[in-house]
Amino acid sequence: MTSDDPIIERIASLARSMNGKQMNFEGDITADTDVVRDLKLDSLASMDFIMAVETEFDTLIPVDSMADIRTVGDLAALLRSQSAKAA
Amino acid sequence: MLQKYAALRQAHAQLCEAAGDPFAVSFDRMLSPTEAMQGDRMVTLFGSNNYLGLTFDRDCVDAAAEAARAHGTGTTGSRIANGTYALHAALEAQVARFLGRRAAMVFTTGYQANLGALSALAGRDDDLLLDADGHASIYDGARLSAAQVTRFRHNDPDDLYRRLKLLAARPDRAAAGQQLIVVEGIYSMLGDLAPLREIAAVKRETGAWLLVDEAHSLGVLGERGRGLAELAGVEEDVDYVLGTFSKSLGSIGGFLAGNDPDFGLLRVTSRAYMFTASLPPSVVASVSRALDVLEARPGLRSALTRNAERLYGALSRLGFALGPMPSPIVSVRMPDPATASAFWNGLFGAGIYVNLALPPATPGSQSLLRTSVTAAHTASQVDRLVDAMAAIGQDLAVIPGGGIRQAAE
Ligand SMILES: Cc1ncc(COP(=O)(O)O)c(C=O)c1O
Repeated sequence: MTSDDPIIERIASLARSMNGKQMNFEGDITADTDVVRDLKLDSLASMDFIMAVETEFDTLIPVDSMADIRTVGDLAALLRSQSAKAA
Repeated sequence: MLQKYAALRQAHAQLCEAAGDPFAVSFDRMLSPTEAMQGDRMVTLFGSNNYLGLTFDRDCVDAAAEAARAHGTGTTGSRIANGTYALHAALEAQVARFLGRRAAMVFTTGYQANLGALSALAGRDDDLLLDADGHASIYDGARLSAAQVTRFRHNDPDDLYRRLKLLAARPDRAAAGQQLIVVEGIYSMLGDLAPLREIAAVKRETGAWLLVDEAHSLGVLGERGRGLAELAGVEEDVDYVLGTFSKSLGSIGGFLAGNDPDFGLLRVTSRAYMFTASLPPSVVASVSRALDVLEARPGLRSALTRNAERLYGALSRLGFALGPMPSPIVSVRMPDPATASAFWNGLFGAGIYVNLALPPATPGSQSLLRTSVTAAHTASQVDRLVDAMAAIGQDLAVIPGGGIRQAAE
């Protein structure tokens, strides 16, 4: 199953490409997926995932905004607000 | 309090079940830089950072003993209180002179040097750009600073450049802020060198500052042993050199060196410098002597390089997957944590100690056997490691050839 939200789908496909290497999860990725708990990321792997998201969206995600990000939906919202600001 | 570590406890228990705890090895007596006794058995060490093999250097040991007799066992105070002796200031001058820098300051460990340097150098409006594989002390120092932290892909100057451009284009960019890039000379897990010439070019083009942590490369790289910046010919571009006395210099302590006319301000802004006791006189004396030895005996560096190339060449011919280039750190990639710990146990059973490095402490969540050589290893010690690794590697099917061996048994 893929998400209708193109940003979430891009995040999901990125996570799938890292699955089995730096992460290890089963099932679909939706807006409600918990980035750390559901994707089973350790501290370094979650930093790697965020760096990959930064590369994919050609942006930077400040570490202090990470405190507000729990789910994939939160991450998508942050990316959307960043591209609104840049535009 | 410790319930949050339930998953870690389980992983650790599994690891220890196989044999002993690889993270709680203890040696009863050190015989030399390369050999130790554990009970009545001898263990050959291929997992230290004793690159020049100076821990038993007669002159360094004598200097330490004499300093302890002359000045006491410890300073019992901070550098900005009672803990600065003439010895400390002399060592700082010696470090600065050795590196060709205007000033240097000494910390009690290399870890504290990173905490103290990064948190004092980078303020609220500044950016820290950290290599993704940087040492924990760099990341901890960054967390103690008020700066914004940006990670870039390991050893990727283009990615660094791209991120610096993104930072420059931020709409809310603080006009006064500056960017400090932090990289290492030799990365401690895989033994690879930073592409420092390219990173220096990015630094020049973007107007950023550059700090190089030469923890594993001081005394190891460069004609005079000043580190990767010397080898790459970009010392001019490196604003701050950081390092440790706990590896090639065989003791403990850390330093930061630079040319900034206001360098001395760091002594009153760096909390990891101010709020901890200074190095004991014995340590300062042995480090100072070790720096003399490093300069007087370039042959140690060639012996180290010879051993590194011998080990890297032999293991790569056997078909092991190694780090990208030969250096005194030769890391062998293992397929998974279970194989890595079985391999580690096999080696330890054969009287050889190497480092076991497992996720989450490793880049890309890899499982690694980290081996390292010193100038003090003999060729036959290196060959013994290679033979043991060949046999265990075949048994565990990490490299080809196991089937034949098993059939013959
Ligand atoms: C790159 C790097 N920086 C700093 C340190 C810390 O040095 P020390 O062990 O002397 O505290 C280490 C090693 O532990 C290191 O690998």
